Amino acid sequence: MSRIRLEIRIVPRPGLLDPEGKAIQSGLQSLNYTDIHEVRVGKILLIELDADSTQDAINQATSMCQRLLANPVTEDFLIKLHEDSENSE
Amino acid sequence: MKVAIITFPGSNCDYDLYKCVQLIGGNPEFLWHRDSSLGKVDAVMLPGGFSYGDYLRAGAIAAMSPIMAAVKKFADHGGPVLGICNGFQVLCEANLLPGALLPNTSLLFASKEVTLSVENNSTIFTDLYESDRSLRMPIAHAEGNYYADEETLEQLEEDGRVMFRYLGPQGKPTNESNPNGSANHIAGIINTKGNVMGMMPHPERAVETILGSVDGLDLFKSLLNHISASKKV
Repeated sequence: MSRIRLEIRIVPRPGLLDPEGKAIQSGLQSLNYTDIHEVRVGKILLIELDADSTQDAINQATSMCQRLLANPVTEDFLIKLHEDSENSE
Repeated sequence: MKVAIITFPGSNCDYDLYKCVQLIGGNPEFLWHRDSSLGKVDAVMLPGGFSYGDYLRAGAIAAMSPIMAAVKKFADHGGPVLGICNGFQVLCEANLLPGALLPNTSLLFASKEVTLSVENNSTIFTDLYESDRSLRMPIAHAEGNYYADEETLEQLEEDGRVMFRYLGPQGKPTNESNPNGSANHIAGIINTKGNVMGMMPHPERAVETILGSVDGLDLFKSLLNHISASKKV
């Protein structure tokens, strides 16, 4: 078993109205960032867990996303190995 | 009618529901989210509030709590389950109802009285309402924007499973009178078997004249009648 750190990114499905993203976009436009086509807001979860391998950790995280972390109706998720993972114990 | 009212950490309409069930002559009982059994009850109600601080997504963590396994089993056996506001969010997150409740398009917490149409008055929750009756009751939520994919929405409409819609001043649903951006102006839906209903408005806060409306009463009375009738058989 080794300690593995994962980064899970959860974002609203493409095409789904994201009112928070829209509000941020209009805030940026007020600052004259006028070339923005879209802002979408999601969340990032950093998860540290013990697993047999990186693949095992990713499999566990996938199951977590499917069962709780992401809503399959409205959200997509992406799991990556966190940059610092190699340095952790 | 013995009614289990589930309290999650952060529920805040549990006492309103308790009082409402008492008011119609029912027998309410609080159950805690960590309980694993419902005991012998005739109906289950999930109250409004902010279970687990609405962390992750409204209702998501409550949907995984131990009592919800018992609620699912109860629902699978045809037991009546009503989710109000956060309770509706929990039912969607627990896959007892289709779709999801997204943040209001206004991004504001909507707290006001709304007018609702009764879209289906032939269910155990609504059969005391006349079909053309419009109801006044409060809403109080930040995530009440009902969303489902096109196919699910079509199925809900086709099956008559949309229970309530937000109405405008002319008695028709309009974008201006839709308080949260809900698809098809949906305020409440029911499952295919007709025993699990979720709604964002608060019928339990519209049961006494002093509250400004009594339009929620017939919902609870409909359920009470059904349970009393099924016990006589």
